[in-house]
Amino acid sequence: MSGKEYRTITDVKGPLVFLNKTEPVAFGEIVELRLTDGSMKNGQVLDTSDDLVVVQVFEGTAGVDLGTGVKFMGDVFKLPVSKDLIGRILDGAGRPRDGGPDIVAEANADIIGAAINPYSRQSPHDFIQTGISAIDCCTTLVRGQKLPIFSASGLPHNDIALQIARQAKLTDSDEEFIVVFCAMGITAEEYNFFRSDLERTGALENAVLFVNLADDPAVERLITPRLALTAAEYLAFEHDYHVLVIYTDVTNYCDALRQIGAAREEVPGRRGYPGYMYTDLAMLYERAGLVKGKKGSITQFPIVTMPGDDITHPIPDLSGYITEGQIVISRELHGSGIYPPINVLPSLSRLMGGTIGEKTTREDHKSVSDQMYAGYAQGRELRGLVAIVGEDALNERDKQLLDFSGLFEDKFLRQSRDEDRSIDETLDLCWDLMQNISTKYLVRLDQKWIDKYHPSEKK
Amino acid sequence: MSDENGVIYRISGPVVTATGIRSRMYEVVRVGHEGLMGEVIELHGDKSVIQVYEDTSGIRPGEPVVRTGQTLSVQLGPGLLTQIYDGIQRPLPILAETMGTFIERGVDADGLDQEKLWNFEATVSVGDEVTSGMTIGTVQETETIVHKVMVPPGQGGKVTSIESGEFNVTQIVCSLDDGSEIAMMQKWPVRTPRPFTQKYAPETPLVTGMRILDFLFPLAKGGAAGIPGPFGSGKTVTQQSLAKYSDAQIVVYIGCGERGNEMTEVLDEFPHLIDPNTGKPLMNRTVMIANTSNMPVAAREASVYTGITIAEYFRDMGYDVALMADSTSRWAEAMREISSRLEEMPGEEGYPAYLSSRLAEFYERAGRVETLEGEDGSVTVIGAVSPPGGDISEPVSQGTLRIVKVFWGLDAPLARQRHFPAINWLNSYSLYPQSLAQWFRDNISQDFPEVRTEISSLLQVEAELQEIVQLVGSDALPVDQQLTLEVARMIREFFLQQNAFHDIDAYSGVDQQYHMAKAILTFQESAKAAIAAGAQLEDVVNVTGRTDLMRARFEEGYLDRMDDLVENMTKQIASAVEE
Ligand SMILES: Nc1ncnc2c1ncn2[C@@H]1O[C@H](COP(=O)(O)OP(=O)(O)O)[C@@H](O)[C@H]1O
Ligand SMILES: [Mg+2]
Repeated sequence: MSGKEYRTITDVKGPLVFLNKTEPVAFGEIVELRLTDGSMKNGQVLDTSDDLVVVQVFEGTAGVDLGTGVKFMGDVFKLPVSKDLIGRILDGAGRPRDGGPDIVAEANADIIGAAINPYSRQSPHDFIQTGISAIDCCTTLVRGQKLPIFSASGLPHNDIALQIARQAKLTDSDEEFIVVFCAMGITAEEYNFFRSDLERTGALENAVLFVNLADDPAVERLITPRLALTAAEYLAFEHDYHVLVIYTDVTNYCDALRQIGAAREEVPGRRGYPGYMYTDLAMLYERAGLVKGKKGSITQFPIVTMPGDDITHPIPDLSGYITEGQIVISRELHGSGIYPPINVLPSLSRLMGGTIGEKTTREDHKSVSDQMYAGYAQGRELRGLVAIVGEDALNERDKQLLDFSGLFEDKFLRQSRDEDRSIDETLDLCWDLMQNISTKYLVRLDQKWIDKYHPSEKK
Repeated sequence: MSDENGVIYRISGPVVTATGIRSRMYEVVRVGHEGLMGEVIELHGDKSVIQVYEDTSGIRPGEPVVRTGQTLSVQLGPGLLTQIYDGIQRPLPILAETMGTFIERGVDADGLDQEKLWNFEATVSVGDEVTSGMTIGTVQETETIVHKVMVPPGQGGKVTSIESGEFNVTQIVCSLDDGSEIAMMQKWPVRTPRPFTQKYAPETPLVTGMRILDFLFPLAKGGAAGIPGPFGSGKTVTQQSLAKYSDAQIVVYIGCGERGNEMTEVLDEFPHLIDPNTGKPLMNRTVMIANTSNMPVAAREASVYTGITIAEYFRDMGYDVALMADSTSRWAEAMREISSRLEEMPGEEGYPAYLSSRLAEFYERAGRVETLEGEDGSVTVIGAVSPPGGDISEPVSQGTLRIVKVFWGLDAPLARQRHFPAINWLNSYSLYPQSLAQWFRDNISQDFPEVRTEISSLLQVEAELQEIVQLVGSDALPVDQQLTLEVARMIREFFLQQNAFHDIDAYSGVDQQYHMAKAILTFQESAKAAIAAGAQLEDVVNVTGRTDLMRARFEEGYLDRMDDLVENMTKQIASAVEE
């Protein structure tokens, strides 16, 4: 399979190596480079013709010279997959990082991953209880959904992701999740935080970790999530697992993508990111879901840190266009000491509407969630007005809403890192808080739910 | 080496260069040992540049490239309706059958089932003279749609034989003395508009059942509309509502570079949903094209052409067709991706310089026409636009706005207030109200256009008053202006807001829309009178009759109850004076 070694490098630029005429090399083919000092690197063919081949080198081109030998491996990148992946820690290129043996492959899967036929998909409808009120009530997570956290540096997105990983469960079945965790360019400290938490709760035994850290090669990040998702697909669709894929940080991934684009002198799109970044991200995010005739599922929980806290930055923007909603973390709430600092107003779960209700959560969920949202939105808006005209200028209704927005943050949003609220507890808490607004102003609540659930009005 | 067969010279993502063939522009070629489908998009001396509709990993220089002599075409005939295709008209159910859950490459599939028998009923006889586009027979394709089998463009003559009966789509059902042999299936190159006799000015609205659209920003049958909006603002929900409730006879829905689950949802839902216009399942009139974001970009580029060609084909039968493309931005991005692989000189934001002309050519294929047969048919196009960061100063939004006559601008702040549909009534527009005015007068009410103007000017006034309120608070306004604010709030909450997921509220007939608008104006009038006679604004606004009127729109039989509800409200307002 592995053919001869070429020494025909003509140019090296950024993470790219350019070679002269070789035997016909396949597009996407895996490449091995032998440096003059004997060390090895890996790469992949990005462009191939009779005259010229362009290789992207995962570990970066430091040390590569014109004498470096290049060997084409005859195949595209494949991951050996097996049930034995569970409990293992691999590096960003899929090699064991935990000192354990190589994975004995049950199959070798192409990491690019073919698209799921839309006709073969099954619509996700199973409620996942995360135990976090803001999420369960306002941006409900659904099994098979891709729901990113939009956060920013210095905010506790990792704590939230881990809390979800620990607490996520279905309310009407005891099927468990296994976690596939994928680190892309995060710090060793962050990684250790994830790892030790998974270890502490025993989740590590049921997890697969793919780890590319900040000081690992940047270009390798382009394959790490593909490895993780390939493993997830195998476990979900060949072995019936419900897989929760957490990957962090998408922003580092996109920066690696930008680096390749720049080295190829491509025409950049917005803020220097390649024009094909939407498609590229879609090829990750769309690898979530349920398919007909298979028991397993893939739920994705990507973490996107917004550069400059800017939700219109191309990375969160393109993500939001692909994912099925977003959970937005707020610096302001974090600053006022609220955990989890989730701003429900720009947050959205697109699959919530089709999921919640009598059969999955509770009959009053939709009504309650609309009212909580509306009350908080109006209360928050009034804070601006109060700053100008003073609280005395408010009428009765506005005063109640203003107070409610404070309670919403303090009692509803705020919970501890190990507090696991059931959906009933969450909804009851909502009713409790809504008592602070006169019923006549609770226009989004159906009368029949007021009659049934309102603590002081129920019949 | 012959001209028909060449070899791959270079592969760069979806773009492959071949040498040794003398191909024509837009010719379909087969690439590599697996025979992947591709289309020639550029010629350079002896090199043909090909966009390949499937993933190219693993393909090598030196593999064969074979000409087909055909341009990229679709198969047109019975069997299109209820089907779901990828961007190059491969039926997704067939792909699922042959490849399983994931779309692997190298599989061909006919757009139309070649085996299935259809009951063809001839409508012409031997000896009749027929010309291009004329109907020679019909097939009941679905419960609601009669499929007309037409003489393909460019053919015509005296019928020498014709037969009714059970045929598959490739069997000859009719022969002409010019030598034409006509089957139920014809092919048409997707990048070429289908011919018609002439274009007419649109004069009938596409009734959508969405109040803000029909009433304030109507779209004409044969017109084109753009819906730009940031993510989460409601583009897809709006497009899906249009596919469900608009009074087109045929709907072509293109999921272009968007989510897989959204297409699944349509597939799950439409067979169970009833078309309010025919009482039959919606699926009967629908053709779907799904080339989702993670499917090959070249096929995404082709998907809108595949869709519009199918739409034109049904138009040629004399149907009113509506086409939704969600999202045209993803189509434009596919063009950009291919263009950058071709190392073309980029225009604005990296898009090819021909972006705006491609957009214009696409929307120009909308229109109300006299068909070759002399019938009236139309294609209405509604394109979603996904501007980066929601900022419509970018090239795709701008290119679209220069062409379309209707702009439904979705906006993030409204979506964040959960005001749905989040269409901004202050910056959206339609250039059709003038030409549609007569239709509304004749079919709904003589004063329809005037009521419309009154409602929209109330919203304008509100916007001006709101600026003052921001500074001094609403209590500082004179009472008549406070009332205006109340009336405008009623327009927003009772009329403009419409829940696409509510069984009853989701669809509102134009008649009902008109009566709701009138009810608001009646409220305004009687409130004004009561206040002039000494009633308190607070009392007038809070009459329970008004709340009842507003709430009842979520209940069955609303239109019938409206007169009573309005009367009750006005009585209560009048009695507020005495208190
Ligand atoms: N007309 C509507 N009625 C009710 N909810 C809506 C409506 N339009 C949009 N929404 C809400 O907004 C969300 C996002 O809408 P969507 O059409 O998917 O946005 P986009 O396609 O612009 O990203 C939906 O999941 C739904 O919750
Ligand atoms: Mg959408």
